[in-house]
Amino acid sequence: MAEVLVYVDHVDGAVRKPTLELLTLARRIGEPVAVALGSGAENTAAVLAEHGAVKVLTHDAAEYADYLVVPKVDALQAAYEAVSPAAVLVPSSAEGKEIAARLAVRVGSGIITDAVDLEAGDGGPVATQSAFAASFTTKSRVSRGTPVITVKPNSAAVEAAPAAGAVEALTVSFSEKATGTKVTARTPREATGRPELTEAAIVVSGGRGVNGAENFSVIENLADSLGAAVGASRAAVDAGWYPHSNQVGQTGKSVSPQLYIASGISGAIQHRAGMQTSKTIVAINKDAEAPIFDLVDYGVVGDLFEVVPQLTDEIKTRKG
Amino acid sequence: MSLRIVVTVKYVPDATGDRHFADDLTVDRDDVDGLLSELDEYAVEQALQIAGEADDAEVTVLTVGPEDAKDALRKALSMGADKAIHVEDDGLHGTDVIGTSLVLAKAIEKAGYDLVISGMASTDGTAGVVPALLAERLGVPQVTLLSEVSVEDAVVRGRRDGDAASEQLEASLPAVVSVTDQSGEARYPSFKGIMAAKKKPVESWDLEDLEIEADEVGLGGSWTKVDSATERPARTAGTIVKDEGEGGKQLAEFLAGQKFI
Repeated sequence: MAEVLVYVDHVDGAVRKPTLELLTLARRIGEPVAVALGSGAENTAAVLAEHGAVKVLTHDAAEYADYLVVPKVDALQAAYEAVSPAAVLVPSSAEGKEIAARLAVRVGSGIITDAVDLEAGDGGPVATQSAFAASFTTKSRVSRGTPVITVKPNSAAVEAAPAAGAVEALTVSFSEKATGTKVTARTPREATGRPELTEAAIVVSGGRGVNGAENFSVIENLADSLGAAVGASRAAVDAGWYPHSNQVGQTGKSVSPQLYIASGISGAIQHRAGMQTSKTIVAINKDAEAPIFDLVDYGVVGDLFEVVPQLTDEIKTRKG
Repeated sequence: MSLRIVVTVKYVPDATGDRHFADDLTVDRDDVDGLLSELDEYAVEQALQIAGEADDAEVTVLTVGPEDAKDALRKALSMGADKAIHVEDDGLHGTDVIGTSLVLAKAIEKAGYDLVISGMASTDGTAGVVPALLAERLGVPQVTLLSEVSVEDAVVRGRRDGDAASEQLEASLPAVVSVTDQSGEARYPSFKGIMAAKKKPVESWDLEDLEIEADEVGLGGSWTKVDSATERPARTAGTIVKDEGEGGKQLAEFLAGQKFI
């Protein structure tokens, strides 16, 4: 069976959920061979094996942390040459897309970004993407070279599928360009204890109607009662009420959770672009004419400061 | 020492319009007004600020696109860019990201550059990979997704805010930079700027000028193929209730029914 390279996104050996989703998708088109780089790479092997990796290629070097992107491209290319895979799958993070794109042009292959589904086809893997603020769904394939495809978080349910997961050391020689962009300092993002926005199964977002940074605790309390991530509309971020890293929309992050709860968000096209593929959409807004209500499965026309705390209390009661 | 800055910009269909695909599954550009991609305005802004700090700098805006794409160049010129290059050729219709990066890279090399600045992504395709592809093709450092950027003594520095960490980056010129919408509000063109833009030079290049073969670009030269594009069915109308004191509880009931609680 054809081998499929899966690039592993991990933090010091802790594998992030989108990589496990990729392993599930990879099994539809071949045998997953995982590539884990940097500090803690070998520690990823057990969980990758549990989810179907037949092999885990690992390599650690200071270059991965000290320089931007290119060392990882060099390593993925080394894995590509060692394995000759039928496809290369990479998580659709900002960095993942850059790594995938550079690999694609190096090996003379087409690239598809932000796939939301993947299936085997006669002429290679077929990727589903959503376009124009999710108003269209396209199906595409790579027509030249080895398909390089980046896949968005929440595109597949993680399935366990125990495999050998044999760890093999990858041999990497870095290119001259690898040290071109130095990382001179790194400040880890402060942990909120909440799930990462793009990976979360539930996202609770606040917008202009939240009316102040101090009021975002109402949104956060609801999120915490559901184990959800917190998002914000551009209006709330531009007003300085919530960090840009939590912005959902065209110029922020695009999310596709099982449940999206928008509070005090009107639903401008820029916001819809970032959340329209959510499976279930709920909105709370004072304005019955807000365009967000066109998208919802369930909407409450009302004051979010009344509705949201009541909802939060009710959830806590029900969860006991 | 003079600093040559090339800003790549894209002419995109207005996101507030009714965007759709044409029969050949490329973006339909006829039925929706186009404009300079909003995220590229931030790139133009940072280029102008960096040029303003330099002793002697020139800002060239570059686009690849049909005749109408000149509008995007005019907007950038009216913001204050010095000159523009328009790569226009019928053979370019349907070019994918890999092909676009080839055309841009050839044009950037022909124009001459010390610094390339791009927006973080286009607002139509939204792939966000062209800056990295340009760095790969040009063989220069990529300093991408910056929320802050500065250039001093032929070194570019900036801050990249990722999911896990915020990083300070540094690279020697020449380099490719991309900036986010957090890099600083883009200026509005002044009336004077708009009038001055009409007199600024816009060069037109075609594939032959860039020594690119027709089969390297366009729909035929694309390394990816779109097989179908389907309009998402309109959502069936959801349940909408007016809060009369029990809205939160009713919503909880709905969420419980959907197994979210």
